[in-house]
Amino acid sequence: MSIEARQVTKHFGTFAALREVSLRVETGELVALLGPSGSGKTTLLRIIAGLEDPDPGGGQVLLHGQDVTGRHAGSREVGFVFQHYALFRHMTVFENIAFGLRVRPRRMRLPRQEIDRKVRELLQLVQLEWLADRYPAQLSGGQRQRIALARALAIEPKVLLLDEPFGALDARTRQELRRWLRRLHRELKVTSVLVTHDQEEAMEVADRVVITNAGRIEQEGTPEEVFHHPANEFVMNFLGHVNIFHGRVEGGKAVFGTLKVDFPGEGTSERQSVRGLVRPYNLDIATRLDGRAGFRATVRHINAAGPRVRVDLLADTGESVHVELAHERFQTLGLAASQHVFVIPREINVFADGGQGDDSAVL
Amino acid sequence: MPMPLGAAAASRRKSTTEPAAVRWLLTGVALLFVALFLVVPLAAVFAQALSEGFGVYFRSLGHPDTLASIRLTLLVAAIAVPLNLVFGVAASWAIAKFEFIGKNVLSTLIDLPFAVSPVISGLIYVLLFGLNGYFGPWLAAHDLKIVFAVPGIVLGTLFVTFPFIARELIPLMQAQGTEEEEAALSLGAGGWQTFYRVTLPNIKWGLLYGVILCNARAMGEFGAVSVLSGHIRGLTNTMPLHVEVLYNEYDFVGAFAVASLLTILALVTLVLKSLAEWKFKLELQAGHRGKDGAP
Repeated sequence: MSIEARQVTKHFGTFAALREVSLRVETGELVALLGPSGSGKTTLLRIIAGLEDPDPGGGQVLLHGQDVTGRHAGSREVGFVFQHYALFRHMTVFENIAFGLRVRPRRMRLPRQEIDRKVRELLQLVQLEWLADRYPAQLSGGQRQRIALARALAIEPKVLLLDEPFGALDARTRQELRRWLRRLHRELKVTSVLVTHDQEEAMEVADRVVITNAGRIEQEGTPEEVFHHPANEFVMNFLGHVNIFHGRVEGGKAVFGTLKVDFPGEGTSERQSVRGLVRPYNLDIATRLDGRAGFRATVRHINAAGPRVRVDLLADTGESVHVELAHERFQTLGLAASQHVFVIPREINVFADGGQGDDSAVL
Repeated sequence: MPMPLGAAAASRRKSTTEPAAVRWLLTGVALLFVALFLVVPLAAVFAQALSEGFGVYFRSLGHPDTLASIRLTLLVAAIAVPLNLVFGVAASWAIAKFEFIGKNVLSTLIDLPFAVSPVISGLIYVLLFGLNGYFGPWLAAHDLKIVFAVPGIVLGTLFVTFPFIARELIPLMQAQGTEEEEAALSLGAGGWQTFYRVTLPNIKWGLLYGVILCNARAMGEFGAVSVLSGHIRGLTNTMPLHVEVLYNEYDFVGAFAVASLLTILALVTLVLKSLAEWKFKLELQAGHRGKDGAP
């Protein structure tokens, strides 16, 4: 079942949580809403679920093409998974999962044995059959979230909404559950929306990523698209570590100290300030320029513990620079602290104010 | 500076505990105080009540006026406590689970009966419903009696005991948050199903605790009831008022016999309260734990 939000606006007091946001999720897709806290992603999810209403006249929510704006949450056939699990603390795991089946109106309710069978099935699906008689307080965080998911799936929802489902878990459990969720989605094919502020999580789990900021959608696309072709400075900055260089437009070029980059961006004026964003792994270090575009810097700190060597430098312009090198490259260079070197960008994304004239250059 | 483990432990023990003499002195003072101001009066109540033997004790309890006061007290509590249970749950539900304009005002108003002297609470109703009060003439014309009658006593008790249940439930419900209710709603439960399947079981011990306190106060209330009752023997005297009447008439055995019943009620309340309090604390902790999301 597809999900569509049309021009949804929501205010909390004077705070605009969502400003005319439109989003479409196709049947069977797993979409991640990714953004910093306060960007409106959870609000959008809760509006889709019916736990929150848009402002009066502030847009519509459609499930499978049907307008459900203003319809009660319980009638939307939506499974919702909360960040803090929200398991019923006075019920056993079994009763938690059975809840959605037991509260149905009598004529729609399954017979007792059917409910029992279904709960067992779901416990098997989340691989926690042996916890049926425990209470939520006796489970680990990861187990609780899997039970919460089973509970949401019990009502056979047409749509599954997950609000930062792994946010309260430790790093290792989070990793495991991500992969598990990915597999589960492949099996069940239920249209899902996952809210997260963790870009790695969004990239790993989702078919499509929607990046939100300050109540608006900044960009949507596959993880590859948004990562390699960020629509603007915010997206690039949010999706991973970047070095930011401040420069100006001079004669069709963006100038950052001694570094000049072609910048044909339209609508930019001479002397306008621009910012060049470079990912740490797109910077190389060399002892000589050999005609390449680069700038001078001094090595401050080297951290070789990890898959790549991280080097902290201080550019002659006074800006601090972070570079990630392959171990082999680092060995060849034989770098040491306070050594004078050149930093050479391989790829730089240049952004002007107001989002105009964004351009990325491969050097 | 490195220090052997044992020495470190010993020095820690020293720095956090007082010398034995001080400990004994403080404990002694506390015990003496408890004995002097709590145990002795308690014992005195029973000693006085039984000073002329069990026969006289039971005979004075069996006096029609005394029986009437017991019946009235039970009646008032039986009306006031359930009503406050409903009001208290509704008010705390509204305050803890919803955002609305005037929430702070409501929250403050709930505390009003705690802030106002019970005698004043009684006088407010006299002012409203008394013969010279705002609604007095209308009530008189329709032959309705509130002041100096049972309805007045119930009203006064209701007012004075109103905060007990809400005050216990609001922090508990706030700690528990609204996520479980939202989960229930999204799973298809209606409002009423959500309330009795999710909310109510989560607050049951806090609620019981509030009910016990509310009941104790409802049965023991003197000030407000004293103003509103009119002290008509056998008709509008509750147990606390009856104690005063008997005492003023120098019927010490009678007064203390009724007082002993109230004392027994207090002791039972105390035991029940501790029991509920213990369970209630677990509930409250679970509420905080659930919110933090820690395993």
